[in-house]
Amino acid sequence: MSHKFIPHTEADIRRMLDKIGVESIDDLYRDVPAEVIFRGEYDIPSAMTEIELRRHFEELAAKNKNLTVFAGGGAYDHYSPSVVAHLLQRSEFYTAYTPYQPEISQGTLQYIFEYQSMISELTGMEATNASMYDGATATAEAMFMMVASTKKRNRVVLSETLSEAVINVVRTYAHYHGINLTVVPAKEGVSDQEAILKEMEAGDVAGVIVSCPNRYGIIEDFTGFADKIHALKGFLTINADPSALAVLRTPAEWGADIAVGDGQTLGMPLQFGGPYLGYISCSKTMLRKMPGRVVGATKDIDGKRGFVLTLQAREQHIRREKATSNICSNQSLMALYATIYLALMGKQGMKEVNRLSCDGAHYLCNALVATGKFQPAFPGKPFLKEFTLRTDLDMAKVNEKLLEKGFMGPLVLGDGLVEFAVTEKRTREEIDKLVEIISKEA
Amino acid sequence: MKYYDKLIFELSRPGRKGYELPADNYGHDSMAELPADLLRKEDLNLPEVTELDVVRHYTNLSNKNFGVDTGFYPLGSCTMKYNPKINEEVAAMPGFASLHPLQNPDTVQGALELYYNLQHALSSLSGLAEFTLNPYAGAHGELTGLMVMRRYHESRGDSKRTKVIVPDSAHGTNPASAMVAGLEVVEVKSRPNGSIDIEDLKPLLDDTIAGIMMTNPNTLGMFETEILDIAKLVHEAGGLLYYDGANFNPLLGRVRPGDMGFDIMHINLHKTFSTPHGGGGPGSGPVGVAEHLREFLPNPRVRKTDDGRFYVDFGKESLGSVSTFFGNFGVMMRAYAYILSLGKEGIRNVGPMATLNANYIKENLKDDYLLPIEGVCKHEFVFDGLKDKSTGVTTLNVAKRLLDYGFHAPTIYFPLLFHESMMIEPTETESIETLDEFIDVLHKVAKEARENPEAVKDAPLTTAVRHLDETGAAKKPILTYKALQAEA
Repeated sequence: MSHKFIPHTEADIRRMLDKIGVESIDDLYRDVPAEVIFRGEYDIPSAMTEIELRRHFEELAAKNKNLTVFAGGGAYDHYSPSVVAHLLQRSEFYTAYTPYQPEISQGTLQYIFEYQSMISELTGMEATNASMYDGATATAEAMFMMVASTKKRNRVVLSETLSEAVINVVRTYAHYHGINLTVVPAKEGVSDQEAILKEMEAGDVAGVIVSCPNRYGIIEDFTGFADKIHALKGFLTINADPSALAVLRTPAEWGADIAVGDGQTLGMPLQFGGPYLGYISCSKTMLRKMPGRVVGATKDIDGKRGFVLTLQAREQHIRREKATSNICSNQSLMALYATIYLALMGKQGMKEVNRLSCDGAHYLCNALVATGKFQPAFPGKPFLKEFTLRTDLDMAKVNEKLLEKGFMGPLVLGDGLVEFAVTEKRTREEIDKLVEIISKEA
Repeated sequence: MKYYDKLIFELSRPGRKGYELPADNYGHDSMAELPADLLRKEDLNLPEVTELDVVRHYTNLSNKNFGVDTGFYPLGSCTMKYNPKINEEVAAMPGFASLHPLQNPDTVQGALELYYNLQHALSSLSGLAEFTLNPYAGAHGELTGLMVMRRYHESRGDSKRTKVIVPDSAHGTNPASAMVAGLEVVEVKSRPNGSIDIEDLKPLLDDTIAGIMMTNPNTLGMFETEILDIAKLVHEAGGLLYYDGANFNPLLGRVRPGDMGFDIMHINLHKTFSTPHGGGGPGSGPVGVAEHLREFLPNPRVRKTDDGRFYVDFGKESLGSVSTFFGNFGVMMRAYAYILSLGKEGIRNVGPMATLNANYIKENLKDDYLLPIEGVCKHEFVFDGLKDKSTGVTTLNVAKRLLDYGFHAPTIYFPLLFHESMMIEPTETESIETLDEFIDVLHKVAKEARENPEAVKDAPLTTAVRHLDETGAAKKPILTYKALQAEA
């Protein structure tokens, strides 16, 4: 019986059973039909000691390969200061529950308030929630918000320039919730704004979702777009990389009503896809349609500043089936991650991260084009850290070669398109090496 | 400890920095060539602070938090068990932390094997055929599970089934998830002990019912003794049974939802499988299904070839995707480590010891607290406030007083079946000494309520902040530092 996670001695068990007034542990399950008591053997290994467990994980890790990453597609190999991971190991943060008892949860509530403040700075929006699961589900929630904010409009128009993963998740949510979705094909790598507005003329469109930078890495130009959408009584959601928003025109500056995206770019470990976080920001007018937790500043009875979960009347534990969403928690610890990261980097650091990534990406792009084997897929379109090229090379083969040398090459998008990403973690030497290997294969 | 009340923004001084980046040696400022119209105009007001400022600030904030490592957390339906430290260690291993989710599967065989093994372990522990680990949280698992339910009926061309039955005692996420999944909620009444009334259920079961959502034990901690009859009735009517795994902990090691007739379930890895709650996430909400529903699970999925190679599969009959990649992989690593630490023998004690702990507290406190339902409970139980209602001391008062004594409060005012609900769940990781201490304190609070009720009503008295003005916060929301400054 004895195990380091379970403290009960035989004597404890006896004492407790006596107090309860039953003979045995089995008696605690006497209300369970005998035929559903599991009497078989579980198909899992016997207990491992810490020594064995470490060895097992090391063996699993040895079957993975750490690569020098030159791909993005929604997950980017950004640098994270040592301090972030250290502070995340404060167990007062990670072993806490959702801050339902504000008097003993001010640590969590305050960092969420700081997180909301920082994301609002990046998006330019007035309100941000405590975080969502990921960028794709946050985009689906934005779709719900737009539909809920209009009367009798049940269609949302999506630009095909959103990442494929985001489109897939939004499609799933729309299908089951019963929202009509129209995906408008891209035009030369960017949103076909004219076609989108044309869709809106039918009068049943609640809103439009676009992205920036988009799936090809292109920084799209939305000049005048929001005004035209608003004139047709629809809403605009922009899915944007929060790291890039330190330098790019913000969703608020484009006139968007909602901003969403994935927080992974704020230094989060790649970790095979998660945990990351999704963010959602909106204008004040849409605040009460926003899903999830929100923290507000207030005072206690002694006049001290404090923070509380607020606007809870929107939420599932109060509203049940009438709630704005079924979301009940957030990715709180990852919101702390983003907060500490942004506190350390500050405005200057965030600019430098973008500058280094942008310069590195352009350096790589130019070098690849100079080999004569690649051409820009969308000539003249501006990009930051991710870009798409066209090539006749057998990229599956090239990527195999790159793997042998420890590189993760570009994502192969099909139709001869490949997409590279460069972050501030990559060096000029690594880029030169990458180009050299590719040139040899070509 | 000195009271700490700063926001990180208030520590900011122009010119300070907390990072170091390499010099830009690309020899060309490409960013300067981006069209000015595409660049941000508004200043970016992020803090300018040093590394030590950041370390002290967040360390001080952490001191204002209560966690499982601080003390006992008897929060009903939340399963606040101990979070083993080895789990944190293995989850941070560089051999996993730097894996890109779109890497060639040949280079992530260890990660895929872990995902696969955890799927398999959960199947074995729950009696269901296959799991997806992609959903990010319990509520996300519910939503995914309901999508499986809808996809199943859809695949049979059965478009009439648009309703789902949810007991009035259910967790609030159940009806909310149903709404998001496009299902209409039909409420079935509970008996006084929270269990489903079969006679009320029968007339609801027609060909418009997609299925039923249940948790067993129910939210009062009582086992649904008629579960096999319920399963039979729902299946005969063409519906599916969904198991809300929030209350799976008491059954772990004893009873498998699949064996009770459930077709779909979600598991909260952050409850039953010891991964940290993280102050509200990241969690993980794997969804398991019976054999006939496997093909409907979301993409991507991890499968194994006959020769032992792991691969990523995208099924055509799948309900679609619910996540960008594979879900909260870091959380799965912790749950997997937990299962291996306990092993197939050790895990058998989890549910029984959790159940023992809950019953022990219940029997010790029912003299002072009103126990609406007698009998053996499972991992949790509900008191309807203090027995002596004459003092005017409410459940909220008792909860706040507990904070003064160094305990987290129970879940309060849920379930909604009683006015003064206090839902207590101790988990199996707490010792009898901790339980006794908690019992003593609750007796003491009951005594205080009799002798000096006003003092209890003023609680908490010793916390970093006291009664917070929540009404004011909701009336005039201040959600950012910028708004706070404008207010000052």
